[in-house]
Formats: sequence, structure tokens, C-alpha cells
Amino acid sequence: MSGAPLPEEAAPAGPAPRQHHRPAPHSAPQALPLDLADLITSRDTRIVVCCGAGGVGKTTTSAALALAAAEAGRSVVVLTIDPARRLAQSLGLVELDNEPRRVDVPGAPGELHAMMLDMKRTFDDIVVAHSTPERAEQILENPFYVALSSSFAGTQEYMAMEKLGQLRASEQWDLIIVDTPPSRSALDFLDAPNRMSRFLDGTMIRLLTAPARAGGRAGMRFVSAGFLVFSRIISKVLGGQLLRDISAFVSALDTMFGGFRERATATYELLRRPGTWFLVVATPEPDALREASYFVDRLSAEEMPLAGLVLNRTHPPATTALSATRADGAAEEVLEAGGEGAELAAGALRVHAERMTLAAREQRLADRFTSAHPEVAVRTVPAAAGDVHDLDGLRVMADALTGPDGDTPTGVPRTRVLPARRS
Amino acid sequence: MSPDPFPVRCHVVTGKGGTGKTTVAAALALALAADGRSVLLIETEGRQGIAQLFDTPPLPYEERRVAVTRGGGEVKALAIDIEEALLEYLDMFYNLKRAGRALRKMGAIDFATTIAPGLRDVLVTGKVKESVTRRRDGHRVYDAVVVDAPPTGRITRFLNVTGEMAGLARSGPIKTQSDGVMAVLKSPQTAVHLVTLLEDMPVQETADAIAELSGAGLPVGSVIVNMATEPMLPEDCLARAAEGGLTAAELAPALAAGHVHDGTALAEALATEATEHARRWAAQDELRDEVEALGRPTVELPLLPGPIDLGALFELAGRLEDHLRTEVAA
Repeated sequence: MSGAPLPEEAAPAGPAPRQHHRPAPHSAPQALPLDLADLITSRDTRIVVCCGAGGVGKTTTSAALALAAAEAGRSVVVLTIDPARRLAQSLGLVELDNEPRRVDVPGAPGELHAMMLDMKRTFDDIVVAHSTPERAEQILENPFYVALSSSFAGTQEYMAMEKLGQLRASEQWDLIIVDTPPSRSALDFLDAPNRMSRFLDGTMIRLLTAPARAGGRAGMRFVSAGFLVFSRIISKVLGGQLLRDISAFVSALDTMFGGFRERATATYELLRRPGTWFLVVATPEPDALREASYFVDRLSAEEMPLAGLVLNRTHPPATTALSATRADGAAEEVLEAGGEGAELAAGALRVHAERMTLAAREQRLADRFTSAHPEVAVRTVPAAAGDVHDLDGLRVMADALTGPDGDTPTGVPRTRVLPARRS
Repeated sequence: MSPDPFPVRCHVVTGKGGTGKTTVAAALALALAADGRSVLLIETEGRQGIAQLFDTPPLPYEERRVAVTRGGGEVKALAIDIEEALLEYLDMFYNLKRAGRALRKMGAIDFATTIAPGLRDVLVTGKVKESVTRRRDGHRVYDAVVVDAPPTGRITRFLNVTGEMAGLARSGPIKTQSDGVMAVLKSPQTAVHLVTLLEDMPVQETADAIAELSGAGLPVGSVIVNMATEPMLPEDCLARAAEGGLTAAELAPALAAGHVHDGTALAEALATEATEHARRWAAQDELRDEVEALGRPTVELPLLPGPIDLGALFELAGRLEDHLRTEVAA
């Protein structure tokens, strides 16, 4: 039994303790184990998409899983969006050529390839592939296209999706692992491509620019009074010149219309095909877990397959025999007794007390997630002491991701940070 | 009348995702609101993170009090809703409130912010400027405004609305408004603070952001190191422990003297944890030089083991307040 007081979170807790006449034993929900070794070695798995809020370690998780897959004999490519420089270097991603490069993994029976997404280049490539050279040139030089392809919210997600489609279509790899862009919301990865293709193919942009295009009058038949007001406001607010740029862009793009939506839809469908799995990554923080929750709900609504939750950067203690309160008390006693090494031992006890408190908070957040999503399998990954920036660091993380569930020093299963309390 | 203790009135807080910039922005607002001052905390990314931190229901597009501080100070919070902001803007400048509502039904507002990606930023920074300069009865309404801004990757584009819109709207009222906003954001009353962790990527992004901000003529404020591991072992043992030189045998006698009788297994576990702690501290300490090389005033906030609640925010605010005072004195 742990004497550590469970800290209260600012956000309202899960279900309130029930007050029955017969006191029912209160047991915290038990998360299902997540078998990532099976996921990445299974030949049926063709695509793994790592999603989650920004800053939770999606890139390192993707790279570590790809390494583990290559070492298990698969031919794998990892598509990263924005890796840390040192990690990118260790993966040989020094040249930004928007193509996968082989990473040398000594002794691995499989193959590891890695690439970093260049969104502008991917967009330019689509334009070039789908229009005549003159048209392409017009589009690439249009100021609106330049803004759209480099700063449009959602371009990165759309292009990540596009690149995934290309990699899959090439049939060069038997496993593709995708890291998703550092969006505000994990849902952006699913929403942005559709939003963007809807926009590019949409009637609104055609109506808006209709008067400026050849045969503009024909388009006027659809124009309602409300739309005229809208059009006037838009040009008033944004200035007429922007509308002229958009108009020129749209007419140059005319030959490609339909293409954008079709492509986005095709890739979206790819994500629903058997063989594709989503992996949600979160840190044990309220924000990150809230994002993870939204994402899990959304996947289930879209009938997209969820492999589970990676709870990254946890702080499991090396022993759970001593609670935080007792460790703090012991630190005082040790100091009082004095003698050689007393300060060091007291320091170590305080480190342990803090670790227990932190772990209790993390477990509590994990429990709250599992209460809401009991069907989601969980794997915790302890925080490394420093940054992961080489193959050795990735291998340590890969072991934590794919190792057996109960092989931790304290015997606490890897679904958890602290052992389940017996009631 | 006493002179304003803090010359900077518009504090923009940015940082890489996961560095805790919302928490830092909230703590900074509390720090600035001490001694009876009035502070507005603005959320720009629609996550309702501020409401969560202060344990209040989701914030509407309206300035609501979320905390009181010593000496009768207060923090109000505003979560910017982009549609509401555009409607307000249309109403203010064109008297178009009703038309605006109709447009919203058509999904036109979403469309408008989509065709001009910078429009969103223009509206948000416009609101920031308005609250910084707002006066009532000849007095400023807010002594300070704290902005929980977009992450480092987008911060320069967000603040540099003139530059952003120059490529798109070269004329029109949006352009005129952008210019007015820039006058405030580039003035000495603004400071852009960068939140980082002592980890490679956040420090790297902070360096990149400082270069970009300076290049755009935007005033860079402090670097705020968040969630730093504070050494809990005696200083002379830290480096040795980080190198793996700490043994259970070393801890055992003192533990026994203090009547901690849980056997050698406990001493082993404590040694393991102390080593990890020292390694984490050492890995972070290596990056302190890089943070220092950024050449900005720096303050460190500790990693709090407990939950981030109002008490924790006040604890962080206390550290930030000390930092602000030293900054002003310097």
C-alpha cells in the first residue's frame, strides 16, 4: 500500500467515487497491453501513422519504430516532418532532396530508409506533373500560389498525405511509418487535406473569381444576392489585388480542377484500408492527453484502426516500496542522524520522493485516459536522461516500445507507471 | 502617481510545442498583476488552455476575470474566437454586423480566413494592439497584456503582419490596420519572450526564432527556461553520480543510521534514481551554455512534480516576478 498522497489535478477528475450502501471495491481501470513488436513485424501491417499534439516525441517514436522494424527484417521507410537537426544527421538526412535515403544500420536484416518532407517541393511537383510547362510556370510564379504553398495552414498536412500516397504507390517498401506535422491539433492531419482540396476545388472560389475569368457571365447565373455582398466585403477587406491574384491562379489551375480533391480522397481512403494503423503519441500531461482523447474519438468515428497509445516520457521509480511521504520523512531522519554520506543519502531519498509524486501524477492522468477509453491499449516509454539523437538512443527507445510487457526492473507492466493499487 | 514599475506593457510568450508556453504566459500574467495591477491574458490559438489552467469553464470571446492577486490586482483572460473577431472588425469598420452574421452561416468567414492565411493573424494582433492601447477616462485599462502566442515556428510570421500581408493585400483597410499594429509591436513597450526546455530542439528553435524576430525588427525579451531539473544531490556528488560513480554501498550506512531499514534493494534503487537524476541534470546543464550564448536575459522555472494548479502558477509567478524586477533594475 502506498502512503503517497495522490495529487489533485486542476481539471475535474473522472467519475466521482460512488456512495453505495454496500461499499463496492474501487478499482482503477486497467489498460490493455500494446504489442508494438507484433504490429511492426506483422507482414499485414503496411502503414503506421504516428499522431499526437506537438512536442510529444512523434518523430523519435516514428524513427525508433522504423529502426526496430528494419532490425526485425522489414524493408521500411520513415517519413519525418520536422526532425531535430542532430537526429536528422544521424539518419543521414542532410540533403533536403525530398526523396527517401538509405540509413546504414549495421547488421540489420532489413532495410531502413528515411526522408524529410519538403512541403513546397512536393506541392510544386504536383503542379508540374499535372499541367503543361507554360501553365506550371504561371502557377509557380503566382503570388497567391507562393503564399499558399509555403504558409497556408494545412499545406504541410496535405503534402504529408500526398507524399504518403506516393510512397505507398511506389510499392518499394513493405512498411511505411509516418510522422505527422506539428499541428496545433492532432486532428489537423485528418482534416486539413480535405479542407484544402474542398477549397481548391470548391464552388466558392470559382464564384468569387468568376467575373474576372473568361466567360465570367456564365458563372453569374449561380450568384445569389448574399454572395454578391460577400464578394464585395472580401474585396473591400482584402483589397482587389489579392482577388486578381487568386483569379489568375484559379484560371491557370483550371486544368487541374478535380485533381486535388480526387487525390486527397484517394489518400484518405488509403488510411482506412486494412494494413494501416494509427498510433497516438502523448506525454503524461493534461494537454497532450486531451489531444490524444480527441484523436481516439475521431478515429473511431471514422472507422480508422487505432493500434494504441504510446505514453511517452514517463518517470517510473526504481522502487515502489517507499512512498513519497515516507521518503521525505526518512530524508529528515537521515540528516538528523548525520554522519558521513548523510547529505547524499538524504538527497537520494528526496529524489525518490519527487519521483514518486511525479509518477503518481502521471499514473493518475493515464488512469483518467483509460477510464474514458478502456479499449485503447497502452505502452509507457520512460523518459531518457537527455535527447535522443543517434541510432543507439533510438535503439533504447525501440526496446522500450517493443520489449515484452513485464520486463521492467520493478516488474510493473509497461502499461503503467506505478503498480496497480490493491483494494 | 508612481511611475510604472515595468516599462514593457505587451508581453508576447512563444515557445516550441510542449515547452509549456501557456503555463508560463499564465504565470507571467499573475506576476505582472501583483500589487494591484490589472493584466489581460490573451489566448490566440483557441485551445481553451487558459480556462483549464485556472479551472474555469471555457472562456467566451469576452474578457473575464480568472484570478485576483495581492494588493487588489487582477488577471482577466480572453480567448480569441476568430469568427467573432472578424465580425467585430466588420462591425467596427464597416458597420456590417448583420451581413457578417449571414456570411457566417454560409461558411464564408472560414473561407475568408482560408484564402488569406494572414487575415487570421491580422485580426488577432489587431485585438492585441487594441487592448494594449485601450483607455477609459484617460487611463489605460490594462497595465499589461500577456499574449499566449503561436509557437516559435510561426511567431515571426504571426507578429510581422505587415510583412506577411505585403505579398497578399497590398492595398485596402487590412493593409492600413497592419501598419498600425506593427507600430505597437515594434515599439519598446513590446517584448517577445521565448519559452524553452533544456533540450536540443527547443533550444535550437529558440535560437532560430531570436534570429528571425531580430531580423524582422521585433523586440526580443527574455528566454524562460521551463521545467528545469533542480539539483537535489550535494553539488560535489552530482558530476560523479552522472558518470555512474554512485553506489548503493555509499548510501547504505547513512540510511541505516537514519533507521531506513528496507535492505540493500532499496539502496540499489535509490542509487539508480539518484544516478538518473544526476544524468538528467547533467544533460540539461550542457545546454545551459547554449542558452547563455543566446545573449538574452534568462530565468529558470523548475519542473514541479505535482499538478499545475493555481498554487503552482503562483509559485512560478513568484520566480518570474523576481526576474522582472532584476530586469528593470538592470
